[in-house]
Amino acid sequence: MRKNTYILVILTVFSGIIFIFRLFYLQIIDDTFRDNPLHSATIKTEFDYPQRGLIYDRNGKLLVANQVSYDIMVIPRELENLDTLEFCKLLSIDKDYFIKKIEKAKRYSPRLPSIFLQQLSKFDYAALQEKMFRYKGFYIQKRMLRHYPIQAAANVLGYISEVNEEKAKRNPYYQQGELIGTQGVEKQYENVLRGTKGVKFLKRNIYNQIIGSYKEGKFDTLSAPGKDLELSIDIELQRYAESLLVHKRGGIVAIEPATGEILALATAPSYDPNLMVGRERSKNFNKLYYDSINKPLFDRSLQAQYSPGSTFKMVNALVALQEGVIDTNTKIRCYGGYKYGAAADNFMHCHCGSHGSALKLEQAIFKSCNSYFADSYKKVIEKYPTTAEGMDNWSHTIKKFGLGNYLGYDLPVGQKGLIPDADFYNRYYPENRWRASYTISNAIGQGEVLTTPIQLANLTATIANRGYYITPHIVKKIDGQAIDNPKYIDKNETGIDREYFEIVVEGMHKVFEQKGGTAYYSQVPGISICGKTGTVENFILVDGEKIALADHSIFIAFAPKDEPKIALAVFIENGGFGSRIAAPISSLLIEKYLNRHIKNTYREQRIKDINLYEEAYDKYFKLIHPDETEQ
Amino acid sequence: MRLSNKKTVISQLDWGLVLLYLILVLLGWISIYATTFQMDADSLLNLTTNYGKQLFFILLSLILIVVVLAIDAGFYERFASIFYILSILSLVGLFLFGKSINGQTAWYTFGTFTLQPSEFMKLTTALAVSKIMSDKMFDIKKIADFKNVLIVLVIPFILILLQPDFGSALIYFAFIFVFLREGFPVNIFYALLGLILLFIATIKIGITYTLILSFLLLISFYFFATRREPLFIRKYWHIIILSFVLLAGIVVSSNLFYKKVLKQHHRDRLELWLRMENNPEKIRELKQSFGFNNDQSIKTIASGGFSGKGFLEGDRTNGKFVPEQHTDYIFSTIGEEFGFWGSTLVIVLFLLLILRVLQKAEQQKSDFSRIFGYSVAAILFVHFVINIGMVLDLLPTVGIPLPFFSYGGSSLWGFTLLLFIFIRLDANKANEL
Repeated sequence: MRKNTYILVILTVFSGIIFIFRLFYLQIIDDTFRDNPLHSATIKTEFDYPQRGLIYDRNGKLLVANQVSYDIMVIPRELENLDTLEFCKLLSIDKDYFIKKIEKAKRYSPRLPSIFLQQLSKFDYAALQEKMFRYKGFYIQKRMLRHYPIQAAANVLGYISEVNEEKAKRNPYYQQGELIGTQGVEKQYENVLRGTKGVKFLKRNIYNQIIGSYKEGKFDTLSAPGKDLELSIDIELQRYAESLLVHKRGGIVAIEPATGEILALATAPSYDPNLMVGRERSKNFNKLYYDSINKPLFDRSLQAQYSPGSTFKMVNALVALQEGVIDTNTKIRCYGGYKYGAAADNFMHCHCGSHGSALKLEQAIFKSCNSYFADSYKKVIEKYPTTAEGMDNWSHTIKKFGLGNYLGYDLPVGQKGLIPDADFYNRYYPENRWRASYTISNAIGQGEVLTTPIQLANLTATIANRGYYITPHIVKKIDGQAIDNPKYIDKNETGIDREYFEIVVEGMHKVFEQKGGTAYYSQVPGISICGKTGTVENFILVDGEKIALADHSIFIAFAPKDEPKIALAVFIENGGFGSRIAAPISSLLIEKYLNRHIKNTYREQRIKDINLYEEAYDKYFKLIHPDETEQ
Repeated sequence: MRLSNKKTVISQLDWGLVLLYLILVLLGWISIYATTFQMDADSLLNLTTNYGKQLFFILLSLILIVVVLAIDAGFYERFASIFYILSILSLVGLFLFGKSINGQTAWYTFGTFTLQPSEFMKLTTALAVSKIMSDKMFDIKKIADFKNVLIVLVIPFILILLQPDFGSALIYFAFIFVFLREGFPVNIFYALLGLILLFIATIKIGITYTLILSFLLLISFYFFATRREPLFIRKYWHIIILSFVLLAGIVVSSNLFYKKVLKQHHRDRLELWLRMENNPEKIRELKQSFGFNNDQSIKTIASGGFSGKGFLEGDRTNGKFVPEQHTDYIFSTIGEEFGFWGSTLVIVLFLLLILRVLQKAEQQKSDFSRIFGYSVAAILFVHFVINIGMVLDLLPTVGIPLPFFSYGGSSLWGFTLLLFIFIRLDANKANEL
């Protein structure tokens, strides 16, 4: 009889070896379940979101607050015996919406909560709260929303939106669906405003019930509340600026010269910041985003680049003085224009009306004489052995005024503007054959030069300060503490002597004070204002044909003349002469800011009555799109 | 009882087995403690908790051990038939007085405690089988003799299947190893094994490949046979042809059985087990249903890593992520909290236990003791392989406990009696012929 005494021994050892190999594979090779215990199914991560910081204006007025909102969440797997019709009626939604949302939630995850209905009002919540228990699988989740008590400064304040998948991947701090500042101060100061969210790791059991903290809370962190911001904005001034911009397109920037604090930053057309909150947010956003005609999300005060026009003459005067090519007594004759070249059409017209009498700089400024500045500009360029050197020197000096590059203010959007240099023209003219006369339009701010309204306002502040500027900024205090970033405290010197500024200031003063000055009719009794108009030609191309549109109306001003409190730039698209709209707007704003109320209500009403849509924009629209009608 | 006899028992006791038993029971209790552990735990002997009850069961087992060792070795052989009949009656009685839990009528209830007779049936069957087979006249190759043993096995097998408790019924296949040891033709065993392999191969790699592969094997076998014996083909040509036909028949009927007889949910199980499902959606679905326990189990074990998360630190165990973790899936606790080294240690301990029982069985002078020893080893082996295989997701879910580890008084006492009766018999071998 053959006896198998070995089979069981072999099988026992064999199975033991297989088990050990299997364990080796599961516990040592395969690391699917080991990489991070905090991502394990057993650990629930709970975030504690601190309250987002509030935003105030420079006078302590609340601009941005938090508001509680309620979302209805759904967990598809827990849905049970639902009376769909009754439920839809209760929420006043239609059945299609219900089906669509449930389908979407199921696709996302049958076990995890999805948003079913977003941002109920407090009243809806109160009504629903008592009835929700009847609908298994639905619950209400509280959220904090932004609220804007004052419907102004949307471009400054910006807005917050939900973090999408892509953003969440780029920045590990954020989870998908959390809120993040996406524009304006909300974006720029996101880290300050949001605070730090707290994290709690909890152990849960298979029924998703919490059974205690993970590792006694070793990995938990506390939340830190968001910090409040105090903006340099004067909301009264801001609102007033916005009210003056109604029915116009353009930008207004007001700066306190001594500190670089931005007092007002208005753009038109704009929008009510509350549109960017709530259930209608995405609808509103799309409406604003796709409005390619008015571009309400385009901040004209920061992003629009215009030729500065005559306002640029002061800079050229200052450069010419500093370079020594003119002095206070230099007189230049104007014969109704300036002949800058040999060719017959090389003639720049002038409207100063001097007709041959020689002008000194002061008069040249207040009369805005093209010839004077063209001549001095040419002298500046031609002072150097080659035009290229002269051009580069000019460009370098001009850029010290904060022009031709990003200013460095604390808002997330902007444009460089353009101050051309030798390289720039080398690219345009073959074999570098260009001369000062080719670029003569730069003298009067009509050539290649481009500036943004905030750059112009900063230029004004620089003149008001007689030689330096402090980088403009919008935040004054963080959590009650004045900002200490040296960038917003230190002076940026232009390298031009103070005495030359005094001459320019005198000239600008005359613009208001002396009869014949372009802003003579925009005076404000009791306030000595210095300013300068600008009027910028502009064209559009329709079927290859250059059509002249109404000029842009520009004005820069500061006041009072001594110890200036406010410097501003006003830019109105197609508003005509600078003296027509931009100058009176500047006066009104200065009056508003310094006197806190407007005496000249006639002037105010006149500005408010001007409707440039009727006057200009609608016509231009038809010119470009003859077949369409504006919405 | 004579004092001298008792002394002999203590001196002849196999302390190795006793030690292995104690270690396994202790580790088992620690694991049960981990699965039922709550933050606000109080007394260890709290009889409302599983670990408290298990501690009580362990204490009772120790008393049982003393009793088993105190009784004369001959007693077990003499009363084997009585025990067998009594436990058969207790199985039958279940259908009258038993309590149904999860659709299985397998328990008698006494207050808060329950008793599962099938856990003792293994022991009494082993005793009965050993008694029949140790008869001097018994010849396993005689159909008449073998039939008797089969009847002894089939009665409890069917009664347990009727409960229905498929897992516990499966254990009776363990006696194949006892038969093999006692001269049962090993070729039949291999043939059965071959049949199972062919079936699995047909499902896994398909009918064509299985046929090609098995034919190639058969041809090469005949080829070598011809080289040894040149006239082989001429001599056995009809058998050779028959073997090919038979093989083809088995493969084809396996395929038919799988496709036509088995239901979709059977097929799902087999396909999940044989890793044949490639559609991740379907796999997830299957793992959510009957694959759920195994899936949770291997996730839990894998999360332990090499050194484990530490005693009571297993978050999956704390969160009760593995269903039936204190009973059938108790090994996953070791896997999570003590990691690879802990799990390997437990496996090695089981191997040592089974091999030691086998070694001791071979040393027995009496046929009864040897056959009983073999039965003990075989029963432990089948439990070990099926349970750990399931917990490691190598085998489909079959509900049988891990000896000495799993929570449950009946199971613990059944295995304790099984092992210690053998230890008692072993200690008596000096007194035998």
